[in-house]
Amino acid sequence: MLPDHARLLALLQDAGEIVGRKKWQKMVYISKKMQLPLQEKYTFHMYGPYSEELTLRTEELCSLGFVTETKESKSGYYQYRYQLTEAGNTFLDTFSLEWPHQKAKEIIQRLNQYNAKFLELVSTMLYFEELSKDEVKEKVFTLKKSQNYKDVDIEEAWTFIDSLK
Amino acid sequence: MEGNRKLQEEKVFKDPVHRYIHIRDELIWDLIGTREFQRLRRIRQLGTTFLTFHGAEHTRFNHSLGVYEIMRRIIEVFDGRPHWEESERLLCLSAALLHDIGHGPFSHSFEKMFQTDHEWWTRKIIVEDTEVNQILRRMGEDFPQKVADVIEKTYPNKLVVSMISSQIDADRMDYLQRDAYYTGVSYGHFDMERILRVMRPTEDQAVIKYTGMHAVEDYIMSRYQMYWQVYFHPVTRSAEVILSKILQRVKTLYADGYAFSQSPHHFIGFFDGTINLEQYLQLDESVTLYYFQMWQLEDDPVLKDLCQRFMNRRLFKYVEFDQQLLLNEWSKLQELFTRADIDPEYYLVIDSSSDLPYDFYRPGEEEERMPIHLLMPDKRLRELSRESDLVEAISGKKRTDHKLYYPAEWLDSPGHEKEKQQIKDILFSQPDNQEMDFREG
Repeated sequence: MLPDHARLLALLQDAGEIVGRKKWQKMVYISKKMQLPLQEKYTFHMYGPYSEELTLRTEELCSLGFVTETKESKSGYYQYRYQLTEAGNTFLDTFSLEWPHQKAKEIIQRLNQYNAKFLELVSTMLYFEELSKDEVKEKVFTLKKSQNYKDVDIEEAWTFIDSLK
Repeated sequence: MEGNRKLQEEKVFKDPVHRYIHIRDELIWDLIGTREFQRLRRIRQLGTTFLTFHGAEHTRFNHSLGVYEIMRRIIEVFDGRPHWEESERLLCLSAALLHDIGHGPFSHSFEKMFQTDHEWWTRKIIVEDTEVNQILRRMGEDFPQKVADVIEKTYPNKLVVSMISSQIDADRMDYLQRDAYYTGVSYGHFDMERILRVMRPTEDQAVIKYTGMHAVEDYIMSRYQMYWQVYFHPVTRSAEVILSKILQRVKTLYADGYAFSQSPHHFIGFFDGTINLEQYLQLDESVTLYYFQMWQLEDDPVLKDLCQRFMNRRLFKYVEFDQQLLLNEWSKLQELFTRADIDPEYYLVIDSSSDLPYDFYRPGEEEERMPIHLLMPDKRLRELSRESDLVEAISGKKRTDHKLYYPAEWLDSPGHEKEKQQIKDILFSQPDNQEMDFREG
């Protein structure tokens, strides 16, 4: 258990705070695809790659008092905000973790500048990265019909992915 | 349909959960006869749970047939309704039957230890050169790929995906009932006939008519109870911890060039990342348990001890722990274990609910998961927990749990008494553990 949880704490510490469960899910997925040593298992769900392990692990970190989850009411839905607590910081400082701090910080802080919809697109494209670019585009248009992504969004996402690598 | 014939006579499997499993399509009958599907007879559905509930010896073979049967019944209900396309019938049945075909022995522990996943093997078994693939290709060259896409949830028709993989699907409805039956617990029962009767196809998912809400409440309650009473059972988790540690030890010994009396031949592909499909298919639980049996005789004291523990059910005990232990005592505990000559890497193990392969009902906040939708009388869709107070109540309940596993009897054995006493002082100072009942089962 502990190293997996500590790695998530390290990501959150570098991010400062993360607004939105979907955003958190996609940030961890993309970080994993960028070779950060994260262990959360992802499968494809209606909204792109999703990890039940990550959801539970985040709940565990909240129940241990290492992360706070703030529920905010938005028009028609709830939004969740995640931050490390003081205890979380203390635990992380005392835990000996093999972790590529510099690389992780660069990735997570860049990802945190984007919205959940864009990160959903990026993570979906990465999920199908073994396919050709045309096939990836077709998958996005078929599976993500309701998000109305355009060619220009996909181009932007490819540029973003290249810049992350 | 081209590529499939109706069997001259219906075949049936007697099944304790669904009474009968009905096979009418030659395609399905032939898939069941493949070596890859027959292999599932040698992989238990619930991994190490048989060490806690002795009846839980049922396999992924039984479960896969059960999921197929539920899918067949759902299709009967959907037949002729809007949004349902008859052309998808055999695709749904094949996906239901094959959804677990890539599972390996004790797959949860294997996957964690060797960074692999059964979904990946499922896809390979379906699309590569196997008996399963050969039979699926009778339906067209692209049919195996379609089956794999449905199982991976990337098939364009989301209704089809939801029937096999959503928060109320054929897979869950079978395993809850089957696991309840074989473990012998009195949870896990719900009125599936009623749920199937009120299930309706929509463009994006299968939904439940409002009048069936109470049957769905029962299903959600069953899930909730089964998680805590069966799937998260601390004794099962202890066995799982020991199993993981055996795999870790064998991998480490192999890397260190240890001279095994019984070489880990079937596992080497996992260790060095070269495992191919044929090697994967050769590994099942019978083979794995043979190795564990033989490794009880190894010279390495850790491997020998862990295998003896697993084979003879001498499991670790556990305590609950909290933030304070992690912040203030964790390093000290590890140090004390080392000083007492007990390697903490193998004998002081934290296990959390997120280490288990089961999920709770989630109401779909922030689009995490597609929730269960009720079809209201005015044709609107409403998320289940917004209509049901009961579901709302358990959706918000605590779902996490952390336990610390250790070999309790070693703390009472002679030698290093001072360190062992200090260890016990720390473990039993945890607020929830002072009155802990350590009996098994």
